Amino acid sequence: MPDVSASATSVHKEDSQLRQKNMIAAHFTRLAQAPETGDKNVYTFVPGNLTELIRSFDLLPVLPEINALQSAMRGKSREYIAVAEKLGHSEDVCTYVKCDLGMMKSGNIGPTGERLPKPDLLLLSYTGCFTFMKWFEILREEYDCPVVMLHVPYQGDGTITDSMRRYVVDQLRDKVIPALEAVSGRRYDEARLREMLARSARAEDDLVAVLNAARQKPSPIDAYFGGVYYIGPIFSAFRGTEEAVDYYRALRAEVEERAHQGLGPITPDGPMARERFRLVVEGPPNWTSFREFWKMFADEGAVVVASTYTKVGGVYDFGFRHDPDRPLESLAEYCMGCYTNLSLPRRVEMLVRYIREFDADGLLINSIKSCNSFSAGQLMMLREVERLTGRPGGFIESDLVDPRYFSAANIKNRLESYLQMIEQKRAGGAA
Amino acid sequence: MKLNVGIDLGSTTTKALILGEDGDVLGRGITNSRSNYKVACDVALCEAMINVRFALLSAALECAGAATTWNQMDRLELAFRREQYLAQLAMLAEVLRSFITRRDADGVARVVDEILSRMERDADAMFQPGAKRKSDFFRDLAGSIYLRLAEELARSEGVPFDRLVGLFDKAILDVENRPADAENFGLHVGAALVALPEVPPALRGAVAEAAAVPLEVTCSVGTGYGRATLPFPKDQIRSEILCHGLGAHAMFPATRTVLDIGGQDTKAIQVDERGIVTSFQMNDRCAAGCGRYLGYIADEMNMSLQELGPMACQSSRPVRINSTCTVFAGAELRERLSLGEKREDILAGLHRAIILRAMSLLARSGGVSSEFTFTGGVARNPAAVRALQSLVGENYGDVKMNISPDSIYTGALGAALFARREGLRGPAAEPALEERKTA
Repeated sequence: MPDVSASATSVHKEDSQLRQKNMIAAHFTRLAQAPETGDKNVYTFVPGNLTELIRSFDLLPVLPEINALQSAMRGKSREYIAVAEKLGHSEDVCTYVKCDLGMMKSGNIGPTGERLPKPDLLLLSYTGCFTFMKWFEILREEYDCPVVMLHVPYQGDGTITDSMRRYVVDQLRDKVIPALEAVSGRRYDEARLREMLARSARAEDDLVAVLNAARQKPSPIDAYFGGVYYIGPIFSAFRGTEEAVDYYRALRAEVEERAHQGLGPITPDGPMARERFRLVVEGPPNWTSFREFWKMFADEGAVVVASTYTKVGGVYDFGFRHDPDRPLESLAEYCMGCYTNLSLPRRVEMLVRYIREFDADGLLINSIKSCNSFSAGQLMMLREVERLTGRPGGFIESDLVDPRYFSAANIKNRLESYLQMIEQKRAGGAA
Repeated sequence: MKLNVGIDLGSTTTKALILGEDGDVLGRGITNSRSNYKVACDVALCEAMINVRFALLSAALECAGAATTWNQMDRLELAFRREQYLAQLAMLAEVLRSFITRRDADGVARVVDEILSRMERDADAMFQPGAKRKSDFFRDLAGSIYLRLAEELARSEGVPFDRLVGLFDKAILDVENRPADAENFGLHVGAALVALPEVPPALRGAVAEAAAVPLEVTCSVGTGYGRATLPFPKDQIRSEILCHGLGAHAMFPATRTVLDIGGQDTKAIQVDERGIVTSFQMNDRCAAGCGRYLGYIADEMNMSLQELGPMACQSSRPVRINSTCTVFAGAELRERLSLGEKREDILAGLHRAIILRAMSLLARSGGVSSEFTFTGGVARNPAAVRALQSLVGENYGDVKMNISPDSIYTGALGAALFARREGLRGPAAEPALEERKTA
């Protein structure tokens, strides 16, 4: 979900990327002007974000982990992490946290070079990442601002029960909405929320169509490296807005046109000439060497046809949509359905479905060194997916935003080995 | 004769392996030259080509039914190696002399000449039947003698020892970077024949026959860390994971798990009954617990790498070393020494620490299945092998473990097998290393 302006120069861009860039830049400008305009903001996280609800109070969302990844793409994360380590945060702590804290301590300059406002409210929608909770504890101390926590029950056995739904809805009514009312000075307006959720559902339909376009061969998109751009607006500040509806309509048209012409994805170095491998990828990408990382795949003709990272802010491809007729209930279901809130068997089930439905050559896991909540159990998942699909798995390791944990030679070596392993298997040992 | 070549550009050594038309291994070459990958590749390939000639020579003798000349064959090869060594020594002399300047103290040139003349004199003893050489690499062989003589003569002649060492360090790089001339088979074998006291006509005939066979490289495949620098088209480059898997399968066809501990990485690989890799794990950014770790420990203990394993095997009470971090292990080593622990016990603990790290990779790659093949330079270390056997036994029960004496060539063998497959498909569009068609 990066802003393309943050990556290296002379990249090939799709029209949708330029549109996305402008949307995100405008949002950051609005945040930067908040002290003058009086706009209030809510810091919250991508998984389980309640953007429509926040925006229905005319509050602006700020997403610290997106700021962290943007800092990494701008080459700032190394110094921010160093600042956080100086404050006493150890090397093993989530690097999103350290990058964000370092940014805060260095003047809170956001991705567009403008200063971000202090939070008026910290809204923690707890969807499986324990570190998020600690992160906001630190921010609460730092900013001395109100905090509201939505506790989202874990989908341990893979189902959402009525009592789970009720539990979340009750919290939304009794805790979250009053907190948003207090900060904004506005009354909860359910009619407005319904309108926004209707727009969310329209954008979600188009996003799913975009992601499903990867079923075609060659795939017109890369659902991981390209995918992070596609999810940008809907996972951050724009779900429920007219701009998001327009963006996803345009993106869908663009992708469908590429599919119609039988074209492959556009990479930063130009259109991919030949699709040689179709992969499903699990785990976030590395942001500090994002372009180099993508190039390693593109150079080998490896296209990611489905990824789980593009589901951390919402799983829409198995039918879930925000529902204007059940506003708080559907927000509750959305939160519980986020990828980070799913059990290991459910994640395996998803990966197997992707491999089969997108006819992928196998599953590649990018295991993130400083993210235990994502990485725990991944090797077990890999083996299980291999067993169920008969397609080989690959495993690489990097980090979110700490450049010290990106070893290009090692990753390239493993990736090439994995791709050659696929090739060898295809040829039955003759390659 | 059509040949297929596999090159494994490792972080510590570069290996070349040559397969004949029927897939037999005809030659192997290895170098520790790291100054330049291209040179390292040339040196290893040259060496392998020389071995091909010797393989042809053996075959020619066998054809001629000259069974009695095996002893002569060994002598010829030793004489050949001596000639090779002398040629490199002559090159070293030339370069050393060119580096001596007017600013050098009186006597430096004289001492260098004296060292070189003694080295030349000692060469005969080094290549006698049964003589032990600590290394097969010219740098190591010449280096250890040069340094010993430099120390002795610097003291007696009053010239600066540091200057003598500096000259060698500079000169050896040049010598390593000029591989081909000194290793010409025809030239050295001719000199070797002259040097031998008596040469049966059958041997002389077989040499002529072997030297005359035209050698043509059909296809080359490269692997190893430096593979991207090889002058091969992309489809002639293979990952070392695949090459080690296939190489181990070729050496021991029942192999299902391969552990390769090389200079800077450790790989745990699972292969199927055709040698196809089904899963693998390798160390990430940190090279702790790889071959370099042992190199570092050897330096810390002022021992040669080859001496570490045998000494560790003498241990009766291995010390528990917790750190596989190379630097921390060095600190732990010094601490243990200061506490009075025996060197062999500390070394045994260090070997176990390396293998424990490998065990974790093995577990993550899918465990250890019989047969289990251990490859890479560390497989030549008896203490590492012993620790591995013990830990594999504890964790996976009775597993057959294979170690080939040529385990260091496993990756190059895999690459050569891939080259052979490519070669069988048709002539390579761009024959690699064309200039090395004949040695």
